[in-house]
Amino acid sequence: MKRVLFLLLLLAAPAFFSIAPIPARAAPAPGTFSDPAMEARARNLQRQLRCLVCQGESIDESHAPLAEELRQLVRQQMVEGRSDRQIQEFLTARYGNYILMRPPVEADTYFLWAAPFLVLIVAGGVAIFVISKARKAAPSDPL
Amino acid sequence: MTGELGQLALCFALALSLVMAVAGLTGARSEAATARAIAHGATMGMLVFVALAFGTLTYAFVTSDFSISGVASNSNTLKPLVYRISGVWGNHEGSMLLWVLVLSLYSGLVAMLGRGGERLTSAALGVQGMLAAAFILFILFTSNPFLRIDPAPFEGAGLNPLLQDPGLAMHPPMLYAGYVGLSASFSYAAAALMVGEEGWARAARPLMLLSWIFLTCGIALGSWWAYYELGWGGFWFWDPVENASLMPWLVATALLHSALATEKSGAFRTWSLLLAIGGFSMSLIGTFLVRSGLTTSVHSFASDPTRGLYILALIFCAIGGALALFAWRAPKLQGGAAFEAVSRETMLLLNNVFLVAACASVFVGTLYPMVLDAMGRDKISVGPPYYVATFAPIFFALLLLVPLGPMLGWRRGNLKEVLRALAPALGLAVIAALVVLLVASPRFLTGALAFAMAGWLIGASLLDVLRRRGARASAFAAALAHAGLGVTLMGVAGTTLWRSEALVVVGPGELMHVGPYTLRFDGVTQRQGSDYRASRAHIALMSGDQVKSVMTPEQRIYPADGQDVSVTAIRTTGFQDLYLALGDNRGDGRWTIRAYVSPLAPFIWLGGLVMGLGGMLSLWGRLRVRATLPATAAQPAE
Repeated sequence: MKRVLFLLLLLAAPAFFSIAPIPARAAPAPGTFSDPAMEARARNLQRQLRCLVCQGESIDESHAPLAEELRQLVRQQMVEGRSDRQIQEFLTARYGNYILMRPPVEADTYFLWAAPFLVLIVAGGVAIFVISKARKAAPSDPL
Repeated sequence: MTGELGQLALCFALALSLVMAVAGLTGARSEAATARAIAHGATMGMLVFVALAFGTLTYAFVTSDFSISGVASNSNTLKPLVYRISGVWGNHEGSMLLWVLVLSLYSGLVAMLGRGGERLTSAALGVQGMLAAAFILFILFTSNPFLRIDPAPFEGAGLNPLLQDPGLAMHPPMLYAGYVGLSASFSYAAAALMVGEEGWARAARPLMLLSWIFLTCGIALGSWWAYYELGWGGFWFWDPVENASLMPWLVATALLHSALATEKSGAFRTWSLLLAIGGFSMSLIGTFLVRSGLTTSVHSFASDPTRGLYILALIFCAIGGALALFAWRAPKLQGGAAFEAVSRETMLLLNNVFLVAACASVFVGTLYPMVLDAMGRDKISVGPPYYVATFAPIFFALLLLVPLGPMLGWRRGNLKEVLRALAPALGLAVIAALVVLLVASPRFLTGALAFAMAGWLIGASLLDVLRRRGARASAFAAALAHAGLGVTLMGVAGTTLWRSEALVVVGPGELMHVGPYTLRFDGVTQRQGSDYRASRAHIALMSGDQVKSVMTPEQRIYPADGQDVSVTAIRTTGFQDLYLALGDNRGDGRWTIRAYVSPLAPFIWLGGLVMGLGGMLSLWGRLRVRATLPATAAQPAE
C-alpha cells in the first residue's frame, strides 16, 4: 500500500511543480559570452566591422547570414585569445579595408581624414581676415 | 485615360515653366512690366498643372490602375488606402514628381509673397522656372511615372513593406518641403546677383525659415522612424541617404545665421549669397546621390547611368551657372560692413565656420568612398567612428559658442558683460556635469561633458528669455532653437552611453531582465493583418507579481512582397524608453527577444521639435510684421 502511495506521489510530482512553478530565467541567446566583460568586448568589436552584404550596417546589427557567420568568427577568435587588433587584421587581410567601419589612416585616406579640419582652418583664416577688415572699417574708439 | 491626362498636364507644366523662365528673366529689367505679369501667371499655371499631374498619379494609385507601370510595380490592391497614397512617392518616378510639386509650390509662394520688389521677384521666378523645366524634362525623359504596360497585370507588386509605416509615409513630403524649398533661397540669391538688389536676404527669409523648419522636422522624423522600425534601437546611422539630408540642413542653418547679419547690419553680403547657392547645391547633390543609385553601390550606378548622368549634368549647369554669375557680379556688390572683433557679427561668422567644416566632414565622408572606388583604388567604409572623430568635435566646438551669439550686441559687444550675464548658465553646466558623474553609472567623462554642454545651452536660453521678457514672441525664437540643441544632445548622450540591452532566448512563462525592468514572456500568437501575417509576442512588464502592462512586438511577413519586417514595441516614460523587438523562432515556443532600455531617447526628437518650434516662432513674427517695418528698422534680434 505504501508503495502504491509512493508511486502515486511520484506520478503526481510534475503536477505539483506545474502548479507552483518557479519562473525560469531566460537563457542568453546562443553564442553570447557569459562573462560580461568578454561580451562587451565582442559587441564593441562587432560594431567596428561592416556587414559586407548590407547597406551601411555593422555586423552587430544585421540579420544577414553573413553577419551571423562573422559574429561567430569574431567570438571564436576571441576564445582563441587573439587581441582586437589581431582579429581586425585577420578580417582585413581576408575582406579588405571595406570591412572596417573606421577607415584606416593611409595614403589613400589622408585627404578623407584631413579634409574637415583643413576646411575648418581655411574657413577660420578667412573669418580672421574678414573680421580684421571689418575692424578697420569700424570707428576705432576703445570700449 | 488618367495616365495620358497626367502626362499631358506635365507637358503643359513644362511649357509654362519655360515661359516662366523667359518672362521672369526678361522681367528683371525695370521697364518690362508685361513680362513680369506673364511670369506670375505662368508660375500659377505651372503650379496648377503640376498639381494636376500629381493628383492624377495619386488617383491611379488609389484606384489601383495597374496599367500604369509605376502603380503596378509599387502598389497592390491589398494595401490600405493610406499606403496606396504614400506609394505615390515611395518610388523613384513618383518621388521626382513630388520633388517638382514642391518646387512649384515654393515658386507659387515666391510669386504670392512678392517680396523684395517686382524685379527681384521676377528674376527669382525666372530661375525657379529654369529649375522646374530641367526637372520636368528629367521626369519625362528618364523617369516617367505615367508609362503604360500592356497587358496590365492583374495585381501589383506591392510597396516595400519597410515603407508601410505612418512615419515613413510622411517623411519624404516633409523632407522635400525642406530641401527643395531651399530652391527659393537659391533663386532669390541668383536674382539678387542679376538685378543688384540688396534686400534679398529679407525677402528670402520667410521661405528660408519655412524650408529650414520642414528640413529639421523631416530629419527628426526620419531618425525616429529608423529608431522604431529598424529594430536595433539606433537613431542615426550615418548612412549616405541620411547624410544627403543632413548636408543641406547644415548649410541652411549657416545661411539662416549669415543672412540674419546681412539683413541687420549689411555684413557678409556676398557670403550669404554663396551660402544660398551652396544650400540648394547640397540638396541637388543629395538628390543625385539618392536617385542615381550611387548610395547602393558605384556599380548599380554604372549599370544604368542615364538618370545619374542627367542629374549630374543638371547639377553642373545649376551650380556652375550660379557660381559663374556669382564670380561675375558679386565683386560689384557693396560689401564690408564695419564691426568689432567682439560682436554678434563675429559670432555669426564663427557659427558659419564651424557649420561649413561640419558639412565638409559629412560631404567628404559620404563621397570619398564612392570616388575612391570609382577610381579603382580601394573599397573603404566610412562608418560612425569617422564621424565621431571628425564631425563630433567640430560640432561640439560650435555648441560651446552658441550661447554667446544672442547675448552680444550688433557691431560691438562686451564680452565681459556677456560672460557675467551667462554665469548662471555656466553654473548649471557644472551642476549638470557633477550630477551625471555622481548619479549615472557607469561613469563617462564624455557623458558629463555632454550634459555640461546641454546645461550651458539650456541655461543660456533661459537667461536669454528672461532678458527679453515682454518682447514680441518672435524674439524668443533663437532661445528656443538653441535650447532644442541642448535637449537633443542629452538624448544622444543618454542613448549612446547608458543604453542597456538584453539579447535572450525565452520560452513561455520565463522571465527576462533588462535595466530596471522585469519582463515575462507569455508566448507568441499569430495574427492576420490587412496584407500581412504577423507573429505577435506577448510580453508582460512586471511590477513584483503584478502585470503592469503587456507589450506586443511583432514579426510581419508580407506574402505579396516576400519580405519580413519587425515591428518594435516601445513603452516610454518620456525620460526613458523600454524597447522590445521580436527575433527568430527557436522552436518549442522559444523565441529570441532583443530588449533595450534607452535613457532619454525621446529627447533626441523632442529637441528637433523644439528647434522646429523656434523656427516657427521666427516665421510667425516675420509674417505678422510684414510690410509694417521699414527695411532698416531696428527690431529685437531673433
